[in-house]
Amino acid sequence: MELIQKLAILADAAKYDASCASSGTISRDAKASSTGIGSTSGGMGICHSYAPDGRCISLLKILLTNLCIYDCLYCVNRHSSNVQRARFTTSEVVDLTLGFYRRNYIEGLFLSSGVIRDPDYTMEQLVEVARSLREDHAFGGYIHLKTIPDADPRLHALAGRYADRLSINIEMPTNQGLERFAPEKNHRAIQHSMARLKDHIDESREDRQQARKQLPHKSKPTLRVKRRPPRQERFAPAGQSTQMIVGADDSNDAIILHNSHRLYRQFGMRRVYYSAFSPIPDASSALPLQSPPLVREHRLYQADWLLRFYRFDVNELVDDTRQPMLDLDIDPKLAWALRHRDWFPIDVNRASREQLLRVPGLGPRNVQRILSTRRFRRLRLADLKAMRLSLKKIKPFVSAADYHPGRETDNATLRAQLTENDTPQLALF
Amino acid sequence: MPVVDLEPCSDFTDWQPVARHLLTDGIPPEQVSWCTGPAQDLFAVDDEVRSPGYLPEQRRATPLKVSRRFVDLARFAASHSDPARFDLLYRLLWRISHGERELLANSLDPMVHRANQWAKEVGRDRHKMRAFVRFREVSLRDVSTPANPEQTAFIAWFEPEHFILNLNAEFFCRRFHNMDWSIVSPYQSLHWQQQQLYVGAGSDPSQVPQQDALEDYWRCYYAHIFNPARLKVQAMCREMPKKYWHNLPEAPLIPQLIKTADQRTRTMLAAPTHAQGKLPENTRFRREAWLAREDSGESDNR
Repeated sequence: MELIQKLAILADAAKYDASCASSGTISRDAKASSTGIGSTSGGMGICHSYAPDGRCISLLKILLTNLCIYDCLYCVNRHSSNVQRARFTTSEVVDLTLGFYRRNYIEGLFLSSGVIRDPDYTMEQLVEVARSLREDHAFGGYIHLKTIPDADPRLHALAGRYADRLSINIEMPTNQGLERFAPEKNHRAIQHSMARLKDHIDESREDRQQARKQLPHKSKPTLRVKRRPPRQERFAPAGQSTQMIVGADDSNDAIILHNSHRLYRQFGMRRVYYSAFSPIPDASSALPLQSPPLVREHRLYQADWLLRFYRFDVNELVDDTRQPMLDLDIDPKLAWALRHRDWFPIDVNRASREQLLRVPGLGPRNVQRILSTRRFRRLRLADLKAMRLSLKKIKPFVSAADYHPGRETDNATLRAQLTENDTPQLALF
Repeated sequence: MPVVDLEPCSDFTDWQPVARHLLTDGIPPEQVSWCTGPAQDLFAVDDEVRSPGYLPEQRRATPLKVSRRFVDLARFAASHSDPARFDLLYRLLWRISHGERELLANSLDPMVHRANQWAKEVGRDRHKMRAFVRFREVSLRDVSTPANPEQTAFIAWFEPEHFILNLNAEFFCRRFHNMDWSIVSPYQSLHWQQQQLYVGAGSDPSQVPQQDALEDYWRCYYAHIFNPARLKVQAMCREMPKKYWHNLPEAPLIPQLIKTADQRTRTMLAAPTHAQGKLPENTRFRREAWLAREDSGESDNR
């Protein structure tokens, strides 16, 4: 099979994996070696392109092979599927990665695989690609390796030495769901592996902090003078992430968000990704006939953001009995605000950061802008408009020097007024 | 009345020494005429950015140290394409040095607002350049260096909105430190050869390679990585504006991908895509057997 044909098949096979950001790792560059290539930064990764599904393309995201001995019902590559199979050699993946990287198409590699022969063999192949990139080619770009829970823990430990991020998919929001849809996977093995990764990651971070404290200078690392502890102490500096399929089983949003919260807290996950179940060819009858509305995935991400950056509690967004599902028509923050009208209106000139973060339409950056600008004068409605805030969204919930919403805050029809009009996506061509 | 002549594509490194000189000499902004490019006098004071607080009689000692915040802002804003930038930045500098030390924290001040706007646009353009520069490989048959034994170089054509090449030089040097590369734009070009950076004149697209051996692979990857069941064209265009498309090798695929997305999804659901034989049943994973193998102490050495 031609290389380009393999690429077509194995990129296609990888498209359901949502967790493909290239952010959050340590800073590196190619100046450290005489032949190496690649750099990363401590902050956001770079999206080199965007696909018509709106997703950013930052990494070469492929499967090493789509052969698989597992038979997970929701997966297009499952053992019983009719899909055309292909397999890269490890050096083909290495060469493609380097070729794309040199042309500035990508930030790095995201490598997953179907399980061939057995979990250990597969994990060895994945680790070999990463090892070759780092050691044979001095590759400094981003590497994200999927990790197979049943593989030998020593292989997991090795993977962390070469990869920036590791991930194990939790797949289903419940253990019963996993048993039903992915009979070869085991929820205990998954969680043990996540715990082990967390230990490695924490240990390595502590070691780095210790080593940094013992440095002769106290200065902040700059671009020129980089004092780094020796390589082997860094284990997956960008941490671990995971992915959950939404809408394949009957788990509601409350179950999903409680699960996410637990994953963040218990395993120190950097990100939990929600992948809306997508129809696959030749599907099992145990799967729903339709995918969940795309906007459900969107709302889950919004809720996830609120938990992580806006100091919301899961119970404020969903409730097992009364409100198990997030509102599809309005975002979770607005939904919360409408349920808690007694909090509002919030005075932009007096309120605390916490209070301001609760206003629909106000994000952390604008909250900061409000806090620093109001030192100079009292803010009026026109000032909020100058900050490019959506007045329509925030007006019912705030008061300013020259404005008070009056009874607008308690208006019964407020929700209807603020519901976004979702016009169908029209193609541009 | 001092007249300052700057190139249209000048940026912070050209403006800063001049501004410092003027400030030390205590020359107020109204008396400076900033010229960028031929026959353009931008001395006319724009009403909406006139500083209300400035009184000509006040002459304070001008400190040469300016806040980090101003330097960071000016470094970006000075790369903007708006010819009025040098005048505005000098006015800001003057005001900060004459009693309005915390001026930049007041984002509602019209001058500050405009400078912030410029810096934001430059920042975005700079980020997009890092994302959208696409190199093409050329072989240099007769040129072989110790650092470049394969005798190849990577050349890219890029059309930025603002004069940002210098702002990205270090990024590309760090990342592609051990390969020879060039980025050519209409107003300037950067060349990295044997770990040395050279700045050259602008050029036109005919001067860069028109093909590359891996571009077809990249297009293939692009076409196959997206899920046709989920179209979000608006989101894509917001992040990857059409103004960049003509220099992106994957962009010509987009109209077709959008048009066929719906059809592809329906076909995929209707029938299997390939009539390949299924995998043999005996290759299925048997978890108990796998765990039992490990427990019995069989070695995993391969």
